[in-house]
Amino acid sequence: MNKHPFIATPCLTLWIKLVFALGLRPRMCLCLGLGLGLALSTQITNAAPSVQRDVPVLFLEHVQERPPTLSNIRSAPESSGLDGANVAIADNNTTGRFTGEHYQLTAKLFDDSDGAIAAARVWIDSGNTFIVAKLPAATLLTLSRDEHIAKHAIIFNVSAKDDVLRNEQCQPRLLHTIPSRAMLTDGLAQFLMSKRWKKWLLLRGQREEDKLFSAALKRSAKRFGANIIDEREWQFNSDLRRSAQNEIKLFSQSKDYDVTLIADEIGDIGEYIPYNTWLPRPAAGTQGLTPTGWHWSIEQWGAAQLQNRFTDYAKRDMNDVDYAAWLAVRAIGEAITRTKSNDDTTLYQYLLSDNFQLSAFKGRRLNFRKWNGQLRQPIPLVQPNALISQSPQEGYLHPHSEMDTLGYDRPEVSCAFEAPTL
Amino acid sequence: MTIKSAIRVIGSSTPLNFIGVFLGASIGFATPSLAEQVYVSNEKDNTLSVIDLDTLTVTATIEVGLRPRGITFNKDFSQLYICASDSDSVQVLDVKTQKIIANLPSGVDPEQFALHPNNKDLYISNEDNAIVTVVDTVKREVISQIDVGLEPEGMAISPDGKWVVNTSETSNMLHWIDSDSHELIDNTLVDQRPRHVEFSDDGKTLWASSEIGGTVSVIDVANRTISHVYTFKIPGVYKDKIQPVGITLTHDNRFAFVALGPANHVAVIDIAQQKVIKYLLVGRRVWHLALNGDETRLISSNGISGDVSIIDVKSLTVLKSIKVGRFPWGVAVKP
Repeated sequence: MNKHPFIATPCLTLWIKLVFALGLRPRMCLCLGLGLGLALSTQITNAAPSVQRDVPVLFLEHVQERPPTLSNIRSAPESSGLDGANVAIADNNTTGRFTGEHYQLTAKLFDDSDGAIAAARVWIDSGNTFIVAKLPAATLLTLSRDEHIAKHAIIFNVSAKDDVLRNEQCQPRLLHTIPSRAMLTDGLAQFLMSKRWKKWLLLRGQREEDKLFSAALKRSAKRFGANIIDEREWQFNSDLRRSAQNEIKLFSQSKDYDVTLIADEIGDIGEYIPYNTWLPRPAAGTQGLTPTGWHWSIEQWGAAQLQNRFTDYAKRDMNDVDYAAWLAVRAIGEAITRTKSNDDTTLYQYLLSDNFQLSAFKGRRLNFRKWNGQLRQPIPLVQPNALISQSPQEGYLHPHSEMDTLGYDRPEVSCAFEAPTL
Repeated sequence: MTIKSAIRVIGSSTPLNFIGVFLGASIGFATPSLAEQVYVSNEKDNTLSVIDLDTLTVTATIEVGLRPRGITFNKDFSQLYICASDSDSVQVLDVKTQKIIANLPSGVDPEQFALHPNNKDLYISNEDNAIVTVVDTVKREVISQIDVGLEPEGMAISPDGKWVVNTSETSNMLHWIDSDSHELIDNTLVDQRPRHVEFSDDGKTLWASSEIGGTVSVIDVANRTISHVYTFKIPGVYKDKIQPVGITLTHDNRFAFVALGPANHVAVIDIAQQKVIKYLLVGRRVWHLALNGDETRLISSNGISGDVSIIDVKSLTVLKSIKVGRFPWGVAVKP
């Protein structure tokens, strides 16, 4: 895969990041330096198996344009996802030294859907299996429905949170390591209910994804017994940075509510809602107390080590898309190490089996839901500088897994996701 | 970085008591009692707590380096080695004076270690960078560094000194290192997040806990394969909360004790029956375990509740919990 004829010119800055083969990490070099400095007689020994097996992984991205926002938000880094995948490749290769596997990441980034799908076809035609996909839902669906690709690929969705991909439109061989919106809002709702903050005022933006997040919140409210006293869509077109103190106060004027819920995925004005509401109430949702797959402040169960490895490599904090991509590549590593197989069907069966388990710094062993390919996982609830809680909350029980209290459960999923039988 | 060492006298309510202990400390005997002493490292306080096992009270608190975790005595109990993880150092505490007398080169972020039966070579896990560092404690220099899997943690050395076994938490492996050549000879794949390894006294079996897998594997040392896997079930405790960490075995190979983390229990395994015979309720998030000299007492460090539980081994009952510092982690007993 040395040529990339489909790359469009606007992606030139991202082009630099193509085709990685990682060597020593900076921190490791530092340690070796220290070790050598401490004693010149230091030797590094390493028992490596003689036979090496290559495991190629494609990181496929359809780069999205960022819509303008009124807030002065810090936008997500362009390398979100790719950096997480690269750290996991290095992690897998640390294990691979002993098991005789060498993982290689090929990154391809496009600014259109067609280019991404064409690249995936070439990838599968060349006899490869694994695709880590940072693609919008529509591109992802086209990709996973493409007969050419679907037969041999195992695709990991690391960015699209759409519930439709886990329900009506779920696809075999399409696995999701990023939590769905329903998982996020269920995680938040459990926390709010455990605080007995039952009356919610729902404020949302006009964009399609805000409506989806808002729909997920409404489902969660019904599921866990909260009461949405009102849902309001904002139409602000003035510069809220200067007028939020008055505008938001009026916009949130209402009879008593316990908490304001914000649905504003791009961060248009949501950042201005906390402290400006009519009543002195906490805010949660896409701003305020936020449910997410990952946050830099998580440090339990050895997470500090992953955070260190990531910041050493990427020189920034690890976000939820990075973590989802890390999970995808680590899941590939587990499947390869445990099955010792090259066969894509065997690997796919193993990923969806009860034997598959992934330790991923959230205090539980993670595995995939057999009925829609979603990775079960706890949902951290964060504010910008701290982890506040992690759902499932105490007392939310489930006959199979407490993590299945988050998101759509088996009886609610209507699609025919055929889990392979071992 | 300078690391201070000092003794603070705490828990003395009566003036007489205070003066007595104070005088003891000032002339260099902080632990005047002849009873066994339990040393506990407090990860979030940068201290050690010393407990008198007769009176079951904390007799001294010793300031050490940053984020102390693994602790172990040398063979004659004159020195205590301390992994000061965030100081990137293994400290040597002189037990008599209770002062830090040396900082050994340890590599970055030492977490757990084991002392070779030769009483000289210390094998240290460097959690942040996939390396085991071997330090000569006499010459105080690094002899060797060995590449292992991701996030090395547990460390054990076979009683005959031949094998050094290290666990890597994210590679999910036990790495078998030859202590003569310092070569990595073999790897055994176990369940998710192996944290602790312990050899039986006869050297025939190795026990390994998998924190996220929720299991304890028993490995046949002769062929380095798993011979038995223990799982745990406590009524009223959700299965994902059962997270085995510390393991300790009695010398007669009768019992294995397993600390079950956020399940807040210690499992008692009857080894002959291959069966868990009891779960003992201890403090919150139980990390590590140690037996006293005649194995009548088992001590557990309970991270979140900030205490240790003292267990009577004969009756398999919890006698008392004793408040120590914040996030107690390692436990070691001095006879």
